[in-house]
Amino acid sequence: MVNLKVKAETKADRTFDVVNVILVAIITLLLLYPLWFVVMASFSNPREIFKTPLLLVPQGFNLEGYKMIFTNKDIWTGMRNSVIYTVLGTLVNLVMTTLAAYPLSRRELKGKGPLTFFFTFTMFFSGGLIPSYLLNQMLGIVNTVWVMVIPGAISVYNMIIMRTYFVQSIPTELEESAYLDGASDMQLLIKIVLPLSTPIIAVMTMFYGLGRWNSYFDAMIYLSNRSLFPLQLILREILIQNQTLANNSQLLTTNTMDTISQSKEAIKYASIVISTLPILVLYPITAKYFEKGIMLGSVKG
Amino acid sequence: MTNTNTKRRLMPRFKHPWLYIMLILPVIYFLIFCYGPMYGIVIAFKNYSPVLGVFKSPWVGMAQFTRYFQSNYFMETLINTLRLSLYSLVVGIPLPIILAVMFNELKNKRFKAISQTISYVPNFISVVVVVGMVLFFTSPVDGVFNTVLSFFHMHKVDFMGSTSIFPHVYVWSGVWQGVGWGTLIYTAAMSGIPQDQYEAAYLDGATKMQTIWHITLPSIKPTIVINSILAAGGVLGADFQKILLMQNDMNLPVSEVISTYVYKLGVVGSDFSFSTAIGLFNNIVNFVVLIAVNQIAKKVGDTSLW
Repeated sequence: MVNLKVKAETKADRTFDVVNVILVAIITLLLLYPLWFVVMASFSNPREIFKTPLLLVPQGFNLEGYKMIFTNKDIWTGMRNSVIYTVLGTLVNLVMTTLAAYPLSRRELKGKGPLTFFFTFTMFFSGGLIPSYLLNQMLGIVNTVWVMVIPGAISVYNMIIMRTYFVQSIPTELEESAYLDGASDMQLLIKIVLPLSTPIIAVMTMFYGLGRWNSYFDAMIYLSNRSLFPLQLILREILIQNQTLANNSQLLTTNTMDTISQSKEAIKYASIVISTLPILVLYPITAKYFEKGIMLGSVKG
Repeated sequence: MTNTNTKRRLMPRFKHPWLYIMLILPVIYFLIFCYGPMYGIVIAFKNYSPVLGVFKSPWVGMAQFTRYFQSNYFMETLINTLRLSLYSLVVGIPLPIILAVMFNELKNKRFKAISQTISYVPNFISVVVVVGMVLFFTSPVDGVFNTVLSFFHMHKVDFMGSTSIFPHVYVWSGVWQGVGWGTLIYTAAMSGIPQDQYEAAYLDGATKMQTIWHITLPSIKPTIVINSILAAGGVLGADFQKILLMQNDMNLPVSEVISTYVYKLGVVGSDFSFSTAIGLFNNIVNFVVLIAVNQIAKKVGDTSLW
């Protein structure tokens, strides 16, 4: 068998393999390079970053950007707020998604068809930006922590992935025997189903947490109080609106314009690294579950 | 045991009361936060005034829609939206499939795992940071692209200020961010293809390209179809949170899409009824396209969403 297979490997196939490996290597490097550039630039002297066309190692090693971040109140307040919104928001997401996904995974549930339609219809049609905006105003949650936590409590897509996981991975016999032993469905969920669902909970935590940590738009339209701003809004000011931060104003009096613009560049790179670090640290922990989670979701999407 | 018996006697119809109790909170959430705004759509047919509120504001029929269809912004925002989203679809649907096939053909497991993991990473970066990075790279003064151009003694280009280059920057920065993650769903689908199919094909003397064409691609066809239907449903749903961040005065003639226009009129300008009407138009077009594409897929192939 093995010999036959080797014989069948023609020269064309070997060429294919070599070309494929080279192409994948190039694509991977291209995908990686922008991130590598930012990390290297964050450790570089802003004046020297562009001396070489492609930055591969730090030019004129420099920690100015990181020093500025550590003394920047806005970034730390934003970081704190983002942690609060992400933790609370993700908890709400996990609880609500489980509460919807678990009953829908059970054969015994009556009215499953209409319920599923009730949930999935919102994936394809929504009230739109302005009605949602007016609703949140009416509910009086604008400019509070709650507007960052409650809206977006369930993503239907994630709920379907989770439901499919429950259907496929939890043996029905387990549920039936627990039920006969007198356990309620809530006890069943908490004591038996959830402990068996670590992979899907990991994937959900990552998906939701990432969405919460990375979002800026809701904060931009619903929050006007600066002390509530999440990190992404502060980053938007630094990276996109190119603002000099309020409490770096001492720079204006002590330094020349040239130094100011350089410091502005330095803080940009460092703030990207600092804001993305938490994600990249958590990423490998859940990465191994991605394929499984996505696959399950796609089976009965 | 007695407890369960009492419960059964009290609720003879519902053997599993907790399944319904669990659903109460999610259902309330969807009623308020998803169906509530759907009711709010009525203001598209009204002249909404914050003083009078949603219920008491006077009806104006289709006036808001007519105003939009007759304004200069209608064609401009529609064409801009179609340009950016169709370009994204044309590039964004096939590239992850191709990359997934390339990953699938890698023999070295370690190399495969490393390149896949790296390719997923851009997906985890926030849109603010991605646009910030786009600005670094495209800066007319000292961006990486221009440094490279001047290294080869070519003229510097103001990428973000050019109406002809903006769509490319938007689409290809999206490819950078999404192509790796987009392979995941296909990789998962390919992991279900039985290996003996490939072995049999090799024995029959099939080339690599033939096995890809006749085994790999047909096996993941349902996934491709479903993914494409969903993507087509967003034909007027260009990534407006990203476009909003990428807009500047110079690229606005091509970057003002329907949803950024809605945002500016509604949230910034407080013209609630008019912007709701435009948003509704956008939603309806998306919904109709989704259903149409789904029907076509059902007729042509045998895969569809429902």
